[in-house]
Amino acid sequence: MLVTVSALAFILLHLGAGNVARQILGVQASNADVLAKNAELGLNKPILEQFWLWAQNLLQGNLGAAWASPMPVAQDLATRLPITLTLVTWTTLFAAVISVLLGVTAAVRGGWVDRIVQFIGLIGFAIPGFLVAFFLVTTFAVKLHLFNAVGWIPFSQDPNGFFKSATLPIFALALSSIAALAQQIRGAVADALSADYVRTLRARGLSFNRVVYKHVLRNAGGPALSLLGVQFVGMMGGAVIVEQIFNIPGLGPYAVHATGSSDIPATMGIVVLTAVIVIIVNLVIDLLSAALNPKVRLS
Amino acid sequence: MTTTTIVTMPVTKQESLLKRILTNPSGIFSVGIVLAVILFGIIVPILSPYQANQPDVYALTAMPSAKHFFGTDTAGRDIFTVLAAATNYSLEAAALAVIIAIAIGVVSGLIAGYFGGWFDSLASWFSSVLMALPGLVVLLAAAAVMGPSMWTSMELFGVLLSPAYYRLVYTTVRGVRGELYVDAARVSGLGDVTIIGRHILGVVRTPIIIQTAIIGAIAIAIQVGLAFLGLGDTSQVSWGSMLQDAFSRIYTSPQLLIWPSAFIALITLALVIFANTLRDELERTGPKNLRVKKDAAEIASKRAAQMEQSPVVTHPAPERKGEQVLRVDNVVIGYPDGQGGLRQVVHGVSLDINRGEVVGLIGESGSGKTQTAFSVLGLLPKGGRILSGNIQFAGEELVGSAAKVYDNIRGAKIAYIPQEPMSNLDPSFTIGTQLMEPMQQVLGISKSEARKKAIALLTRVGIPNPELTLKKYPHEISGGQAQRVLIAGAVSCDPDLIIADEPTTALDVTVQAEVLDLLRELQKETNTALLLVTHNFGVVADLCDYINVMQNGRIIERGPVRDIFKNAQHPYTQSLLDSILEGGPARGAYEAPKGN
Repeated sequence: MLVTVSALAFILLHLGAGNVARQILGVQASNADVLAKNAELGLNKPILEQFWLWAQNLLQGNLGAAWASPMPVAQDLATRLPITLTLVTWTTLFAAVISVLLGVTAAVRGGWVDRIVQFIGLIGFAIPGFLVAFFLVTTFAVKLHLFNAVGWIPFSQDPNGFFKSATLPIFALALSSIAALAQQIRGAVADALSADYVRTLRARGLSFNRVVYKHVLRNAGGPALSLLGVQFVGMMGGAVIVEQIFNIPGLGPYAVHATGSSDIPATMGIVVLTAVIVIIVNLVIDLLSAALNPKVRLS
Repeated sequence: MTTTTIVTMPVTKQESLLKRILTNPSGIFSVGIVLAVILFGIIVPILSPYQANQPDVYALTAMPSAKHFFGTDTAGRDIFTVLAAATNYSLEAAALAVIIAIAIGVVSGLIAGYFGGWFDSLASWFSSVLMALPGLVVLLAAAAVMGPSMWTSMELFGVLLSPAYYRLVYTTVRGVRGELYVDAARVSGLGDVTIIGRHILGVVRTPIIIQTAIIGAIAIAIQVGLAFLGLGDTSQVSWGSMLQDAFSRIYTSPQLLIWPSAFIALITLALVIFANTLRDELERTGPKNLRVKKDAAEIASKRAAQMEQSPVVTHPAPERKGEQVLRVDNVVIGYPDGQGGLRQVVHGVSLDINRGEVVGLIGESGSGKTQTAFSVLGLLPKGGRILSGNIQFAGEELVGSAAKVYDNIRGAKIAYIPQEPMSNLDPSFTIGTQLMEPMQQVLGISKSEARKKAIALLTRVGIPNPELTLKKYPHEISGGQAQRVLIAGAVSCDPDLIIADEPTTALDVTVQAEVLDLLRELQKETNTALLLVTHNFGVVADLCDYINVMQNGRIIERGPVRDIFKNAQHPYTQSLLDSILEGGPARGAYEAPKGN
């Protein structure tokens, strides 16, 4: 899959790109300069050879030099990736915990918690994340000054600052995932609750909460986990907009800048990195599902 | 003739569905909002005195006034007019993505679902690849090549969205293709295209409408996101460009955010509500079903009223041994009937069990015997309640007592052996964990002690190689073994009363006898009281000292097992006795009919 995606992206990007050297050098550059720049960028070679060179470099961790940034692509990505990953991972954890609490309570209690989950499900699904982000920024940062409106402070540097800068983006990014996850967990828990073994375990003297949080949740966990994987991939996309809004120096602004300036090496770097992350996340989810479900483990 | 009826059916259904949507408040609300937003985009540009791209340097970011209803933006343009143009543009762009997604997804879904074959595998692979990609990143990459153009972006996004339709149509078509009327149409000589057009599209139409509302909301969100990131046509105003403009002044003029945000939120919310309403209407069962249910309830209550007249036949019991363990007195159990009332399923059942006794509760399925057993455990299914009566366990009243009381009694004092062994073991945990966890909780023993005890118990219930079995998962053992595990679990904490609900019904005949033997032995060894719930008089004869016969939520005959077998009074008991295979005359050998 990684090879397919990167090859397709590489060829499409290069076929689609116009005269790159001309764009970089500007209209005033002489034709000789443009040809020289083309040779420097390796664009005069056949496209398959270009891809081959690029792929060889990739295996050595070299993604080439960016056209619109002074730094090599790999270096830029290396400084930005941790930020996006931190944001998305925290959001995933946050969304998972909240969804489990909401979904389980809604399935077990019904009543007003159930209605809240239904409502969040509707709102979170219907209202795009960036609107939520705007609302959060204007209310909690601009008016109430509780959190930072923009910027990113790493946890290692200042835990309190991290909390102030990360809370709003995490909330904005998490809401739609919470909407989807909580509904799904609610359904799965409601199904699992009516299973015969729940009654039998309770008849053997286990308390209701123990049965729910150990046995029911574990059985409802498999489908929820697959959905969480899908959500994680979705968040990688959502993070682009959220990072732009909160001015977080993650992959998002880099991707927007790279595409805005037709920077093919940088775009390729983003594409490959995203594909790698998607593959790793799916692998992790598969492993976790196998750990949860003994039947999957066997086959 | 047949074909015409089939063709008209979905059409009438569609009309009534439309009518139902328009009489439903949330249906009207959502359709109204969507229409209002669309009309706003069409009408305002005609009426407005301003142009959408008409700046006014003397009125930058003006507040709302009579001249500018919604104020002006950072370039002094009239927000009311800009908003209308943006609405037009954003909706058109989103519609483009949706139309492309429908065109690709529906057509490929129909072909793959109807014909299958290589196209099926290719399309399914392609759709899963598309779904694995983060859409926004793909769109960004595409924008790098093709430059910032909203139309190309939305075309590409349409392709990315098409799996949503593909999957929907594919699964529906797969389901419909096997239907008899499709076969009938094929047999009657209709071509594939006609069949798809007439029969299959009719079925997938409403699900497609629902999906379109949701996909439309997503397309709007993405379109706005792209424009906000500056990847749209910079010359065109859209909701996203308005947000971008407003966001640059978020500290000084946050009011600029209000209108584009409100419009986006309104229309996406309306679309999702519309989809939900349509789905609810589609799934709602008509009033016809309700009436049927009511009829059934009436019949049941009439039958119950008839039963009330016949008194309980009680055979006198000799002196009973042991002290009383359980006393169920006139217990009434009810469930909500879904119309605000309660439906009684058990109408005043009384029975008692002394230490060392085996008491049978026998009756056909639906007679309320299992409900009675669950009420003793305090584990009635959701909605079920004990409406009146008393349940006393070792002298303690259980009806209405706190959850804590039940938690201390269940497992420790009252144990339960279920009917279906496989579904009563948690599939995600090993036999060992499930056997040991309640022991550790109830008896407060350590894990290693529980493990020792579990091995002893498994050996006792006749499971070979108990150490290995502890490590196995429920799906790795047989039904008979699973039932032995459940029995081991039930006796693990030395209960005073075991309630066995049809403990052998789900097992093979050969295993049934073994499990009954095991139950009998365990009961004798520990001298516990055993309440045996069953529909099988053979099992009762085998084990019980006393019997309670139940029908329609009442006990109709009770007494020592011998007396009832010899001298059953109630016609229902007699009919149950007649149905025992073992008691009947042996059937003769099979004689082949004499051929010529």
